[in-house]
Amino acid sequence: MEELIKNLGLIINATLIATPPLLYAALGSTFSERSGVINIGIEGIMTIGAFVGAAVAHFTGNAWLAFLCGGLVGALFGLIHAIACVSFGADQTISGTAINFLAPGVAIFVCKALFEQSSNTPPLDTAQKLPKLFNGIFEVGSFWNNVLNTYVATYLAFVAVAVVWFIFYKTRFGMRLRAVGEHPKACETQGINVFRIRYIAVIASGFFAGLGGAYVTLCTVSQFRPEVIVGQGFIAIAAVIFGKFTPHGAMGACLLFGLCNGLKVLLGSGNVISPNLISMIPYVVTIITLVLFVGKSRVPAASGKPYLKQK
Amino acid sequence: MKQKINHNSETSQNILKIKVQGLIYQNALYTIIAIFFGFLVGGIFLWSAGFSPLEAYAKLFSSVFSRPKYLIWSVIYATPLVFTGLSVAFSYKMGVFNIGAEGQFVVGSLAALCVGILVDAPPVLHVLLCMLAAIAAGMVWSFLVAVLRVRFGINEVLSFIMFNWIAFYLSNYVINTKTIHKVGGGEASKDIRESARILLPQSLQNIFQSNKANYGILLAIIAAVAIWFILTKTTFGYRVQAVGLNPHAAKYGGINSDKTMYIAMSLSGALAALGGAVQLMGNSMRISQFAGQEGFGFQGITVALIASSHPIGCIFSGLFYGAMKYGGSKLNLIDAPTEVVDIIMGTIVLFIAISHVFRYLITRRLKNKEEK
Amino acid sequence: MKKTSHFDPNTVAVQMTDIVKKFGNFVANDHINLTVYKGEVHAILGENGAGKSTLMNILYGLYKPTSGSISIFGSPVHIENPGHAIELGIGMVHQHFMLVEPFTVTENIILGMEPTKAMVVDIKKARRKVKELSERYGMHVDPDAKIEDISVGMQQRVEILKVLYRGANILILDEPTASLTPQEIEELINIIRNLTADGKTVLLITHKLKEIKASADRCTIIRQGKYINTVDVEAVSEHDLASMMVGRDVQFVVDKKPIEPGEVIIDIQDLHAKDYRGVEVLKGLNLKVRRGEIVGLAGVDGNGQTELVEILTGLRKGESGKVIIGGKDLFNADAHTLFDNGVSSIPADRQKHGLVLEYSVAYNLVLQNYDKPPFSKHGILKKDDIYKHAEELVGKFDIRGAEGGTKEAGKLSGGNQQKVIIAREVTNDKDLLIAVNPTRGLDVGAIEFVHRYIVEQRNKNKAVLLVSFELDEIMSLSDRIEVIYNGNIVGSVPGYKANEKVLGLMMAGGTKNETED
Repeated sequence: MEELIKNLGLIINATLIATPPLLYAALGSTFSERSGVINIGIEGIMTIGAFVGAAVAHFTGNAWLAFLCGGLVGALFGLIHAIACVSFGADQTISGTAINFLAPGVAIFVCKALFEQSSNTPPLDTAQKLPKLFNGIFEVGSFWNNVLNTYVATYLAFVAVAVVWFIFYKTRFGMRLRAVGEHPKACETQGINVFRIRYIAVIASGFFAGLGGAYVTLCTVSQFRPEVIVGQGFIAIAAVIFGKFTPHGAMGACLLFGLCNGLKVLLGSGNVISPNLISMIPYVVTIITLVLFVGKSRVPAASGKPYLKQK
Repeated sequence: MKQKINHNSETSQNILKIKVQGLIYQNALYTIIAIFFGFLVGGIFLWSAGFSPLEAYAKLFSSVFSRPKYLIWSVIYATPLVFTGLSVAFSYKMGVFNIGAEGQFVVGSLAALCVGILVDAPPVLHVLLCMLAAIAAGMVWSFLVAVLRVRFGINEVLSFIMFNWIAFYLSNYVINTKTIHKVGGGEASKDIRESARILLPQSLQNIFQSNKANYGILLAIIAAVAIWFILTKTTFGYRVQAVGLNPHAAKYGGINSDKTMYIAMSLSGALAALGGAVQLMGNSMRISQFAGQEGFGFQGITVALIASSHPIGCIFSGLFYGAMKYGGSKLNLIDAPTEVVDIIMGTIVLFIAISHVFRYLITRRLKNKEEK
Repeated sequence: MKKTSHFDPNTVAVQMTDIVKKFGNFVANDHINLTVYKGEVHAILGENGAGKSTLMNILYGLYKPTSGSISIFGSPVHIENPGHAIELGIGMVHQHFMLVEPFTVTENIILGMEPTKAMVVDIKKARRKVKELSERYGMHVDPDAKIEDISVGMQQRVEILKVLYRGANILILDEPTASLTPQEIEELINIIRNLTADGKTVLLITHKLKEIKASADRCTIIRQGKYINTVDVEAVSEHDLASMMVGRDVQFVVDKKPIEPGEVIIDIQDLHAKDYRGVEVLKGLNLKVRRGEIVGLAGVDGNGQTELVEILTGLRKGESGKVIIGGKDLFNADAHTLFDNGVSSIPADRQKHGLVLEYSVAYNLVLQNYDKPPFSKHGILKKDDIYKHAEELVGKFDIRGAEGGTKEAGKLSGGNQQKVIIAREVTNDKDLLIAVNPTRGLDVGAIEFVHRYIVEQRNKNKAVLLVSFELDEIMSLSDRIEVIYNGNIVGSVPGYKANEKVLGLMMAGGTKNETED
């Protein structure tokens, strides 16, 4: 029985570490998607967010500053995507793909420039990483320590879900955002500035994706390597669709995927099943859940279509 | 008995006018503008990192053009990209964004590997079998996504990405199995047998000064011409483009868009998979354990975009990208990061994505000139 | 009977002077003058493409005039954008509703001007205001219903409430009666009367002569971008208005030679079907169409005719029933099979279903036949034959702007696009022609053309099923009129006996017997 609880604690711990990067990215993505702009570039943005987080933490020793900077860089790339898609009406999938080349490219380029041709940043020690909550309060290895003694940024992620939910469903901005994703022309004729709302939404998606990436290097891995994101951005997109484009839905989906990633970490150390097969689990689970559950997921009606103003 | 159709003179004039206008409004112009901006942005990054852009670009240029051997290498690098480019381009004509070319490439490569190692056959037959295995694998990989889209309404961009990663881990898993894994140490598979390779004969290898000179590029060119023919001259091509341009009208017109989608996506998957097979049989000879995706599929997207999804154009844009990759790989000789190539290519794609704005501005200026 | 009028000839609400609007070299508005008095119902009449929508879009700030001036209640203004127009008290109710489907009636009305308490949207306050407004002008709406669940009539009332909520004093209604039953049109006219009684000014963009006579005080006619005249509606006839609109004498009735209908071409029995939401929309429909007859299917949008046509053209599957064509039951057959068995159609939405806009006119003309000789052989297209075919049809049907068939279909005008479709279907010469809203969005000249060919098919002993929301069209063309209501045929009337009142009643669910005159 004790073993069971202990393992349960370990699983929850692993889940809580794996979920936040997905959750931050997914929350940002819901902003963008609900406003009608698809952003598949969040994979690339998470990569550069991860790099900036690690680099700033290394140079300044201030993890929260590094976390914020990761978000800001993400917002910058979000801005690029917004300019291309909202102002210039570019095909959103192509623009997103361009960012998936550009962002990691810039990240590794700068990394090599700053760190003597290495495409990895130096490892961060605990002081330079993001802090944990309840550190030292519980006994190491106990159930409660595993469950509660996790990063502040993790708790923040779940708080963010509530904040985003409030914004979407209770505020003016949220209502207009959702309307813009359904029928931008209707909004325009009511005097709403469609472009401005989409810009904000897309920049927000970049910001959150950057935070998600920075979380990985500032909490989980402690170092930037080119493959540190490895598909998490795309899983976040799957989570958004699976969660029917709502913040609470995205949270549920990210927890599920986080659980899979968490299991990967736990089972992989056993050497019973090949780590490669285990790595496939999240992706296979995604497809199965999409087949079984999504079906009639209601995509925002204006999703993917550039809004062209007539003069 | 064929009769020469006499168009009235007005129609002939119009057809000619359209061809000429086509050249002007052709995407070639914006593509060049986009490429220019790509190099510009890359140059800015180089300069801010303390490198002379001119020096770096000169090195890039000379790494490709200064010796015939380098040109051959550029072609070798280009070959798989032409295939993945064709795959994405053909798919795009049907309105599907084949971001799954990456996974299709991998399974094609994997299938060819298995047949190349496990099967014993005379040279020409062996090559054929490997390619068939690759084609089958690519078709299945793509067909499954088509099913998910048609039957379950699941967005194919998402499915493709999931399948890309499944293929990636599948590849790593398979090459670690006892039968496939390299004997002794090393994180790779065995090499494929000699009979499965598509290298040029030793005499030509000596002339080209490259031990990886292969006839893959010929296969790529044949594929490109075949795809062009299919798209422009056949009833299947009519269907594919109709479905891509207006699926509602296609359905109304009696076109079975589901069936068309299945066939076209499978064909698209086969092309990318062939790229994987050709890369294996002509260049790498084995598959290694990868830490991250190689990117041939994503690079194919760039190839297709630069070629405006024109099959023949893919040959040229594939060569361009191949040269960039090869030349870029030599940049670290002057300590410049090879990632500048990614930055250049990413910028090019971004500018192509917004190119229709420029097209609008240029055609408007040309139209005003016409009216004067 | 003189209608009640509330206009105040001493106060000019809207003055548009010498308005010119160019799009490139195309002159949409050519020095147009418009004077509208407070409390007036002023109709703007013109054919499609005449420039009336452009003029109103300028008034609403969606476009900026190339030159000319506007003043509202005596003050000169430059209307920058719709937001600005709203501030000036101008509100526009669009022809194609601008409603967010998953939102409620209230949410749609307040969008862009949401009342807030702290940071939260105050829905309670909004509902109160909506109720108050709807009661004041006699417009029934359900504040909490979602747009996707309510009727077209209620949707329109929501659109009107949107502008009233913003305090509009000048309302522009763009083709407001497009999808309404005759009863709903009367309700609308009442609402307009209530608005003007309250001092509001109403501008009505329309090409429906009956509605102008029934509701407007004065009417301005625009033709090809130019101002023609402003008339007192009481003083002119519908015929006068039509002539001013097209510039020539217009023929209202189509000549049809009497024909004895022949064998039954299509026999629909007990057809059941569901709509896209899974709600049953066809409830055992029975319908027959014979050779040499035009059967007009009259009904308000949403009673099943869309789904019926989709089933007959292979775009939708029904639940049960029989569709017997040429002796074969082709229930749920696909588009290709139906076409091969003699069913062709002019689709309701020409740009969505009828044409591939990026394809050339020539390629579009072979949309169903590209894979048959002479247009292809062994899977290879024969382009010479395709273009020759196109040249012939372009000449015969006078398709303008097609450049011998080489031009992209998307670059043709609406009327010419419809001509491409008609050319194609007439040439396909199938036994059954289904024409759905074939003259939607077309001007009088193009309408004449379309009607002519429909009648010609019938004269050639083909069967024609005409589905249209324009009762006039149904009444002038049909040999027999079937009325569809709530998924069934509720009445059948011979063409010559057709009476708008009776039909209107049947379309709204009443029965013939109730209107025994």
